[in-house]
Amino acid sequence: MPDANPSSVAKLPTERMPTTWARIIKPIGLLRESPVGMFGTGLVLFWVLVAMFAPLLAPFDPLATLDPLRCPPWWQHDYCPKSEVANTYILGTDHLGRDIFSRLVWAARRVLTYAPLATVCAYAIGIMMGLAAGYYRGWVDNVLSRFADLILSFPVLVLYILIIAHFGASPINIVIAIVFASGPGIMRIVRGLVLDLRTREYVAAAETRGEPSLWIMVLEILPNARGPLIVDACLRLGYVTIAIGVLGFLGLGLPPPDPDWGGMINEARGMAVLFPHMTVFPCIAISSLILGFNLMADGLREISLRD
Amino acid sequence: MTYDDNAPVLEITDLNLSYWTRAGEIPAVVDFSLVVERGESVGLVGESGCGKSTVAMAVMQYMGHNGTIKSGSIKFKGVELSELKPEELRRLRGSEIAMIYQEPFAALNPSLTIGSQLKDVPMIHEGISEREALERAVGVLSDCRLPDPQRILAAYPHQLSGGQQQRALIAMALLSNPSLLLLDEPTTALDVTVEAGIIELIKELGDKYGTSQVYISHNLGLILEVCDRVSVMYSGEVVEEGTIDSLFAHPRHPYTHGLFGCIALPSADKNAAPLKPIRGQLPLPHERPDGCNFGPRCDHFIHSLCGRDAVPVSDVDSAANHNVRCHRWQEIDHRERVPHGEAMEPIELGETVLEVEAMQKYYEVEDRSLGALIQRHATSYIKANDGLNFDARSAETVAIVGESGCGKSTFAKVLMGLELATDGEVRHNGKDIGSIPVRERSPQQIGSLQMVFQNPFDTLNPSHTIGWQIGRVIKKFGVEKDRAKIRERVMQLLEVVKLPRDFYYRRPRQLSGGQKQRVGIARAFAGNPSMVIADEPVSALDVSVAAAVTQLLMEIQRENRTTLLFISHDLSVVRYLSDRIVVMYLGQIMELGTTTEIFDPPYHPYTEALLSAIPIADPAVTKREIFLSGNLPSALDPPNGCPFSTRCPRSLGAVCDDTRPEVQRNSVGHKIACHIPLEELRLIEPVINVPTVVVREPISAE
Repeated sequence: MPDANPSSVAKLPTERMPTTWARIIKPIGLLRESPVGMFGTGLVLFWVLVAMFAPLLAPFDPLATLDPLRCPPWWQHDYCPKSEVANTYILGTDHLGRDIFSRLVWAARRVLTYAPLATVCAYAIGIMMGLAAGYYRGWVDNVLSRFADLILSFPVLVLYILIIAHFGASPINIVIAIVFASGPGIMRIVRGLVLDLRTREYVAAAETRGEPSLWIMVLEILPNARGPLIVDACLRLGYVTIAIGVLGFLGLGLPPPDPDWGGMINEARGMAVLFPHMTVFPCIAISSLILGFNLMADGLREISLRD
Repeated sequence: MTYDDNAPVLEITDLNLSYWTRAGEIPAVVDFSLVVERGESVGLVGESGCGKSTVAMAVMQYMGHNGTIKSGSIKFKGVELSELKPEELRRLRGSEIAMIYQEPFAALNPSLTIGSQLKDVPMIHEGISEREALERAVGVLSDCRLPDPQRILAAYPHQLSGGQQQRALIAMALLSNPSLLLLDEPTTALDVTVEAGIIELIKELGDKYGTSQVYISHNLGLILEVCDRVSVMYSGEVVEEGTIDSLFAHPRHPYTHGLFGCIALPSADKNAAPLKPIRGQLPLPHERPDGCNFGPRCDHFIHSLCGRDAVPVSDVDSAANHNVRCHRWQEIDHRERVPHGEAMEPIELGETVLEVEAMQKYYEVEDRSLGALIQRHATSYIKANDGLNFDARSAETVAIVGESGCGKSTFAKVLMGLELATDGEVRHNGKDIGSIPVRERSPQQIGSLQMVFQNPFDTLNPSHTIGWQIGRVIKKFGVEKDRAKIRERVMQLLEVVKLPRDFYYRRPRQLSGGQKQRVGIARAFAGNPSMVIADEPVSALDVSVAAAVTQLLMEIQRENRTTLLFISHDLSVVRYLSDRIVVMYLGQIMELGTTTEIFDPPYHPYTEALLSAIPIADPAVTKREIFLSGNLPSALDPPNGCPFSTRCPRSLGAVCDDTRPEVQRNSVGHKIACHIPLEELRLIEPVINVPTVVVREPISAE
């Protein structure tokens, strides 16, 4: 029989396995083709860098009370009672005399720690539930799906308030509340993807060689669901950032005095008319980060729809 | 816009079509010319990616946002189509030019009745009243041989079978009496016996309505049955064109010639005259070689002649309109090369490996309606496999043949342990495995019984490398333990399936369909199986690729003396490669015997119909035509007597309807389940008549 690939005989491997790092970098490289996605990634990257270098960027201790109180930002420094020192407070100081710029920078670090942490935890739970429901179907699916329906039928905010009011405001409780609120949504997405993917022949091939269910779910099905999940994770990071902000605003967020964007808005909202700089800057920070996550998700989706 | 009725219905000259993608411009069709006269039927044949569907889309002026007509003209009855305004085009589509697509269930709107979809066509294009339109629809539907047109009109698409849907679509296309009908693989998604009916209908309607047809297919056999002329396309170009008689009798282009060597014609035989696949693979559009596109795969390639400039078209026989795009067509003597591969010794069969005894697989269906609860008929059974009896020996190829829904895939699932048999025994190497689920089988047991899947695009996990996927099987079945040894074994397997070693690091998306199927075969053979089930392993592949994969499968079988259970609906492939054939219908075995016993009388009437449905790409072969009426009965409510009784053209009446036929033995291994006495069945004429000497010799160049 004629050889379908004449070059095949005893050819040594030339192509190397791409490293894990290269595989993570590649989709980001593809993002270049979407200007919107690039802009979003830029915004997110900006805040990530701010959070990473917070100790270097922040000129003051975010908790230190400085003099004067309620100093306006740099372009209004003429109005400052002590205009000779005011130049050091770029964005002014708050009602306790804490440097707003330093607080924003440190708050970025907190938000960008807890938002991803909460999202990752929510995903871990959601993926486990979704895989089990979609793969086993039957009563497992019924139990998990009805449980998810139950939780999703609560207004999210009520759920947050219930959990945090009950367990107290602490970073861990915020993560738990967010996992509780977003886990079921993630589970539904994963379940839908698994229901489709489990009918593929490679899953049948794995079943016919007697692979354990866990192997099939985690190694055969899950990697092929990653596309839609990555896009969703980006969007969800945005929602979680909002949630942390809202919780802060309601006074249920990361406990004071540590800086937190939502908390900063909350503390200054009574003075928003007189001293807008105390609320406007944290608002801009939250919006820009969420916008970044959303645009990044849009870009990723745009790229995944091509070809 | 005025049509010139004297001009050809369709005249395409020097057409160049390109798609724009991320990789840049991709020329999909190059220098394409075609003339279709009134009432003529022209075939476009070629493998996937050769640009045949793109031509149809260009005729409809429907290229998508990234496709453009670069140059050339498409004239419909003398009118240049690219100059038409959108409004004029809209009037043209559906009324003057109609198209029929591959998948009927995707072409019909599931939320509208057939009637409302049909009546729209003449109402929009001719402005006639709804009543008139419906009356006309009834007429065309009965022309399309749909029984009870009124019921069809009121039905939703999901209430019709695939064959009925395709007939309804053909009716829709004919409603406004178009001058040109474009058929893009209209029967590929259908069962063989249904396909035969549709093909007959298309031929008949072509005569009755005088519609010109462009018939796109990858199947040379169908083209032979339907068309007057044919154009063979390869990599965006027409490489050969001519009348059916001239081209099929004397193919001139090495590619056309190669295609004939790839299909299992009645003259092919797996030992004496094996298939001869075309080496290499179709070049990607942006990687086409200089000069002749077919050059790298051609046995007659001379670099100085064929490897430089584009090859012009030469006239072979102007009377037959026979043209060929080859420099050397006059020199190449196809006689000096056999169209087949080298002959091989038949394999000797060994001891029995698989015994299936009275195997049954019933699925329980619960009816939860109130009426069912009151009448206490809450559960009914789908008899997916009902009393299967057969065996298979080592190194033997046993084919299981039947239309979709006959239970062949269910049987494979029971064998693999994904489902458990309801009753009876399935013994593999003497051990009953019908009642052992796969997770309770030993690794050796699982490894010795493996499967090659149907869909090459689905058979490999897109997230893992080829090496990882084959390596996992080796580890799982305990063939090797050590990492380095596993790797070595994967490399060996890649070599066995004739893939380069660096495929180890590749991911499935970097592979073509045929290459993926090869990896699928390597994976199935990784555990040194004694038996492999192949579920339509080549039905989704192109002709030349399918031939290579078929040959590969048989080569590995020959070396390892593996038993091959070949599940298929394609009887020409089955005839070519199997030793014995099991014909199934509605979960029961209708006929069982060696390949010659099945293909020669006495036949079971169902086998007879199946044989008649095979399209054969050889004008010298004649067939008796048998068309089955009706649909496959539901497996939930099978006929009481012989399952085939509702469609059987030779039905004896009440006996067939009420009593199950006894199995009659024609010889030791040849069994037929039919009420008609063997003596009578023996008198049936053979369905396929192959002339004793098959001459496929090209006339000399002069």
